[in-house]
Amino acid sequence: MSETVETPHPLEQLPGDLMMWVLIVSELLVFGAGLAAFLAVRIGDPAGFAAAQDHLHRAAAGLNTVVLVTSGLLAALAVRAREADKRLRTRCLLAGASVLGLVFLVIKGMEYADKAAAGIGVETHPFFTFYYLLTGFHAAHVLAGVIILGLVGWKDSPRSVEVGAAFWHMVDLVWVLLFPVIYLLR
Amino acid sequence: MKYQTQKIAYAYFAVAMALFAVQVTMGLVLGYIYVQPNFLAEILPFNIGRMLHTNSLVVWLLTGFFGAAYFLIPEESEREIHSPKLAYLQLAILVIGTAGVVVTYLFNLFEGNFLLGKEGREFLEQPRWVKVGIVVAALIFLYNVTMTVLKGKKTAISNILLIGLWGLALLFLFAFYNPSNLALDKQYWWYVIHLWVEGVWELIMASILAYLMLKLTGVDREVVEKWLYVIVATALFSGILGTGHHYYWIGTPGYWQWIGSIFSSLEVIPFFAMMAFAFVMVWKGRRDHPNKAALLWSLGCATLAFFGAGVWGFLHTLHGVNYYTHGTQITAAHGHLAFFGAYVCLNLAIFTYAMPILKGRDPYNQVLNMASFWLMSGGMVFMTFTLTFAGTVQTHMQRVVGEAFMDVQDQIAIFFWMRLGSGVAVVIGVFLFLYAIWVPGREVIEPGPTVRAAAE
Repeated sequence: MSETVETPHPLEQLPGDLMMWVLIVSELLVFGAGLAAFLAVRIGDPAGFAAAQDHLHRAAAGLNTVVLVTSGLLAALAVRAREADKRLRTRCLLAGASVLGLVFLVIKGMEYADKAAAGIGVETHPFFTFYYLLTGFHAAHVLAGVIILGLVGWKDSPRSVEVGAAFWHMVDLVWVLLFPVIYLLR
Repeated sequence: MKYQTQKIAYAYFAVAMALFAVQVTMGLVLGYIYVQPNFLAEILPFNIGRMLHTNSLVVWLLTGFFGAAYFLIPEESEREIHSPKLAYLQLAILVIGTAGVVVTYLFNLFEGNFLLGKEGREFLEQPRWVKVGIVVAALIFLYNVTMTVLKGKKTAISNILLIGLWGLALLFLFAFYNPSNLALDKQYWWYVIHLWVEGVWELIMASILAYLMLKLTGVDREVVEKWLYVIVATALFSGILGTGHHYYWIGTPGYWQWIGSIFSSLEVIPFFAMMAFAFVMVWKGRRDHPNKAALLWSLGCATLAFFGAGVWGFLHTLHGVNYYTHGTQITAAHGHLAFFGAYVCLNLAIFTYAMPILKGRDPYNQVLNMASFWLMSGGMVFMTFTLTFAGTVQTHMQRVVGEAFMDVQDQIAIFFWMRLGSGVAVVIGVFLFLYAIWVPGREVIEPGPTVRAAAE
């Protein structure tokens, strides 16, 4: 990432802001390392991991995937609307993306509450340590993303909308990676 | 020197260099005690010597940072320092506090006294009155430089430097909070120790390095600033949660092992970026600055920081590895090269750049200074290798085979002898550096093709 700065021309062509790309690459490294560690620890206890995974709501997580990907679509449409100078439409689309982000958090919160009620905590099993760390860290990014979408909707220069959408797509992408590995992989 | 108040840095650098001499001399004594444990056992117990070695290191590095800020802020903000009087008052407080610390430690005065006694918390042993003095000095400093920057031109370099220095002062406040629960004590202790050297100090380092690159290579400010922002972003991204790599075995919840391992692994990135930055700037630079020694120290700083802090840090940062290496000589190897590379070399780079300007004898012969770089760095790298081998053998014999601590120490004595030898080289290098900075004033030479070839 940073070592490529010596050739500024391709970097200048990146949509949005260089710093957002530094952040996105850093985030992907963290989630990638977390998933790799999850898979490595899983090798030592496949049966325990499978049994723990059965406690998860696959349907709720599947629904959440639809919610978040749809939200990403709205953010992408918002960038296009802003480029066409339709500012009201941009703001409506960003608001829609944010609301879907909040829906994601509500469903996620119900999932966490359910786990807590069943007495499942972060120390219950290594599977749940990674489950809480990875999905919790991701949920924190969804919350941050909702705030960022709100900010770029308020100060809605085309560049800002692009930067906000780039972050939101990263949050989207991370979920699409977390969902199959944590919820579905047998 | 464009601004008169840059002269303040002269006094700070002088104090810093005096303490530097004390610090490395004490290091040599400690290296000798390692192989001859009864040396000075009655009058200077090892733990007291170690406190002086580490505390004087931190104090002289900080004094150097303060001096560097007083030197570069006037140039960056294009105006004189708000109040030179306050700057000298701040230095006086720091000097009195340091003297108080040394006397209190050496003679073990006022033991157990709330205000005057030493506190017995590693690296934060200073008596409470000294801690208060440090806070007062830091407040004076922050008031002084913030007022200067607010009234003058604001640049990325001075902004990042100020954020780093503000963070440094605010995080030090955790030194006053000492819960009786040992796990909590350690948790907050790292807020000072870790978030200093792997957080805000990196901002200070990046901004001073950026200033030096700007001056020495003549690359556009815009390019330097872009690098600076990337370095700072990656430093904070990895460094803050990287604190988790100290929370593996102190009683904090188990998930810290993963948070610490993952984030602290990424702490290599800002150090790699700083090294890449320094070299790319030199390759791109059009300016042939006469101060080759400052350039050598800057490049050496970025390189040795990458290896000492980055590579040697990563070496034992994963919790699966650290389970075996924790608290062995591996830690000592990392500690020495990381502090030397990142913060000692940085200070020596800014001293080498600024002192000829402050003394008004620029350009001058810097062969001795450059020789001191190779002697000091070579000695320190050799020391790092010997301690790494010592730590590897120690880890195996003590943690894997299960032999007793002192039995293992006996069997790795050869490495401690070699470490003492490399320590001698470092100390000679330090005194050569001090000589090169202070003494050969009249040896001013004309810049010409022969000099340039010799310097390169």
